Amino acid sequence: MTTVGVLFIVLICLLVGSIIYGRRLLKTEVTDAVFGNPTRALGGWHWIVAGISSILIIWLYFSWDAGRAFFPKAANELCQVAKLNRTANPIRSAFPLDDRLLRSTALLERDYGQIDLLDSKLANANFGDTDRAELKAIISEMRGTLSAQADPKLIAPDAAGRLDDIATRINELAKNLEDDNYPSEADPDREKALQQPGWGETNVEIPTLPITDLGYKFSKASEVMDGISKDFGKIRNNSEAITAKLEALQARYKGFKIDESEGEEITAQRKELVKQIEKIYRRIDDGKIFPSAMTEPVEAALINLEDVKNSAQGSLRWIDAIALPGGDILAGNRACSEQGSGRWLPKPSDTLNTLTRMAEPTEGFMNIPLLWYAMKPAGEVFEILIPDWIADLVPGEYPRHDNEGKVLTNFKTKVYNFATGNYKSMLIPVPIGHIWDSLMRVLAGLFFGILLGVPLGLYMGLSRFAKGFFDPLIELYRPIPPLAWAPLIVTIFGIQDDGKIFLLFMVAFAIMVISARTGATGTQLSKIHAAHSLGASKFQIVRKVILPNSLPEILTGIRIAIGVCWGTLVAAEMLAGTTGIGFVENVARKQSDYEVIWMTILLLGILGLMFDLMMRFIIHRTIPWRGKG
Amino acid sequence: MSDLVADKVNMVFNTKGGGTVHALKDVSFTLKEGELLSVLGPSGCGKTTLLNIIAGFNRPTGGAFYLGDEEISGPGMNRGMVFQQGALFEWLTVAENVNFGLRMKGSNKKETAKKVEEWLEIVGLQGFGNTPTYQLSGGMQQRVALARCLINDPDLILMDEPLGALDALTREKMQTLVLKIWKETGKTIMIITHSVEEALLLGERLFVMAPRPGRLHKEYRLPFAEEGLTTDPREIKNSQQFIETREEILSMIWDMEEEIMGGTSNAA
Repeated sequence: MTTVGVLFIVLICLLVGSIIYGRRLLKTEVTDAVFGNPTRALGGWHWIVAGISSILIIWLYFSWDAGRAFFPKAANELCQVAKLNRTANPIRSAFPLDDRLLRSTALLERDYGQIDLLDSKLANANFGDTDRAELKAIISEMRGTLSAQADPKLIAPDAAGRLDDIATRINELAKNLEDDNYPSEADPDREKALQQPGWGETNVEIPTLPITDLGYKFSKASEVMDGISKDFGKIRNNSEAITAKLEALQARYKGFKIDESEGEEITAQRKELVKQIEKIYRRIDDGKIFPSAMTEPVEAALINLEDVKNSAQGSLRWIDAIALPGGDILAGNRACSEQGSGRWLPKPSDTLNTLTRMAEPTEGFMNIPLLWYAMKPAGEVFEILIPDWIADLVPGEYPRHDNEGKVLTNFKTKVYNFATGNYKSMLIPVPIGHIWDSLMRVLAGLFFGILLGVPLGLYMGLSRFAKGFFDPLIELYRPIPPLAWAPLIVTIFGIQDDGKIFLLFMVAFAIMVISARTGATGTQLSKIHAAHSLGASKFQIVRKVILPNSLPEILTGIRIAIGVCWGTLVAAEMLAGTTGIGFVENVARKQSDYEVIWMTILLLGILGLMFDLMMRFIIHRTIPWRGKG
Repeated sequence: MSDLVADKVNMVFNTKGGGTVHALKDVSFTLKEGELLSVLGPSGCGKTTLLNIIAGFNRPTGGAFYLGDEEISGPGMNRGMVFQQGALFEWLTVAENVNFGLRMKGSNKKETAKKVEEWLEIVGLQGFGNTPTYQLSGGMQQRVALARCLINDPDLILMDEPLGALDALTREKMQTLVLKIWKETGKTIMIITHSVEEALLLGERLFVMAPRPGRLHKEYRLPFAEEGLTTDPREIKNSQQFIETREEILSMIWDMEEEIMGGTSNAA
């Protein structure tokens, strides 16, 4: 048994075990647990185990990972059954087996309906009396032709025989399916089939060639069924009587002359109506309507085949229903594919494989690792900290080349080279990758948001002018969804990092301003009074009293801002750019690569959780007095 | 000499409805250095307004206060303040709260640490220097507030119902502490209180204020504070003079309250 199978059984044991343990514990808690007592909600490890194993069990089960672990050949066998279904479908669809109406009934209903509509249009149309009478006659003849097609006495002489032949062949196929020795010869392609990649190992998902005898039986049956279906499609109900009726009808409507004497508009209306007669004629002349009694043997044969097919599958039907829930395996022209939850919910083991593959620094996603490091010259790394214009401030001119084309360097050049990182320096490891890029964008946006937002927020909390002056600006732009800015920001900043960082800055800024302001206005007046009478200056009061007093609100603001930034970032990276977790998800979306999509979702969840745990830890450490003042 | 002199202090507030409230009217008095004054009165008589003006948090609309030769025009370190709820900085430890004023001035660290030790011992908090203040009980917080104010060596200590939020037992202990500090440091102290007994015990001088407009109604000179330094306060409370004075003031305040209540009921 595979690892996944063992894991599945272990998880079920864990779930059952923790529930039994939890139940027993509840009994002993009866004495102290009053409903509504918050200590009852303290949980316990066993419930965490139960919760996590439930999630994993559901995931393994509905993604068919567990089913694949226990029945690795099932998908291949079901694929062969699906082939039989696919080849039988052209005949099945003519009968009320999957649909509500017999196909002939449905065609008649549709055609009669259109003729009735035409009839009512004719009553209101602008025609002369004789013309109207002629058209009425044509329409009623159409009705006659339709009902003739449903008449068993007028059926084409060969059609009846051919329909019976189809029924016989289907019954024979059913008999073969019941036979354990069918097909009599061994599968010639078995050797090749066994060498196909397994279920889920390639993009084809499910190996197509049958790898078991049961599968071969259905595969063979589907080939036979394909022939039967093609022959069924060729049968036409076109007896001489009906053909004659159709030809007479055609001659009659073609012989009808439109009276064009009453102006263009009326002529156009008349032409339109006559055109509709021709349209309906084209629909009724293809001989696809059969008398309902004539097709009964085929229908009975199909019902029999369905029963036989189900019983011939044996335990495979139960595997399909129980181990592969929420969808089926369907056969297409070339390959079989999973449908339903098996398709859009990737198997945990496949996702883990994808993650392991992508975590490999040489592989990554689009040749960029998820999170790794590269050796870069220290000069290039720190270059960003030194503005290039300091070289311009150095006295003197940048050198010009002399008549021999030589360029001499001077002190100004050296400063410029230093500022741009253009010098030899030792290599230092620098983190790189999609995760790192996303992380840096969030942290940069957050950093500037805090750096500018907190002072402004405090200022607004302390000054009537600042509150009034900045409040409308901030309150107006704050509720705008950050992505609404995206098109503008792409235009202004381009698709590089600055635009994304600016977007995140705007998100973080508004949150930080509001939380810092709330914190500043929440300072007790007596504390300010106390600080004043202890001789503190204005600056000291802001720095030593108002700022620490606002710290709980500011830290809560940072916690909220991180969450919102993270969400905005992924959406922003989906718009433009070439790195980042959002970029990975966007590419995976275009390729319908559900494993990568789920992997990015999990990754984002885990990173968000880590950020939040970190903030909780910081809040716990820096403001232990909160709620105890 | 740094006496506190009130010269015809008036305070008129404008209300939102366009009217005015005369919170203080023609308040004049002189508080000599080293005197212990308690101020008593029904709610709304302007006690806290009076204190806020002396502290420099508010400016009077008429008249002025003088401390020594200087007119009071804003908050300053020569007037220490103790609030009802302590108003401690809960993000700092006990020692950091106590030395807050000295740190703001940028005083020498070693001397500051020594002073903090001394003052913590005086208020009975030795060894609590590194305790976060949010872990202290109400009485201990008030002791920190006292030390924080006294370490700056102010000329005048203003206390705004400093013991109002404490339980009865702690309150008695704190009253003794205030008397002890008054005796040992010789500071001028002004206490605002709701409790008549406290006002009698902690007042060498006692002002009873009357509301509408807020004004000084009657002044007493009392021996109890002096006695309290040597005698058990419970004995003082049972003395004939204490009881008589207490009843007199109580009925005086009772009448004032009645007047206000009667006035409102008539108006309604």
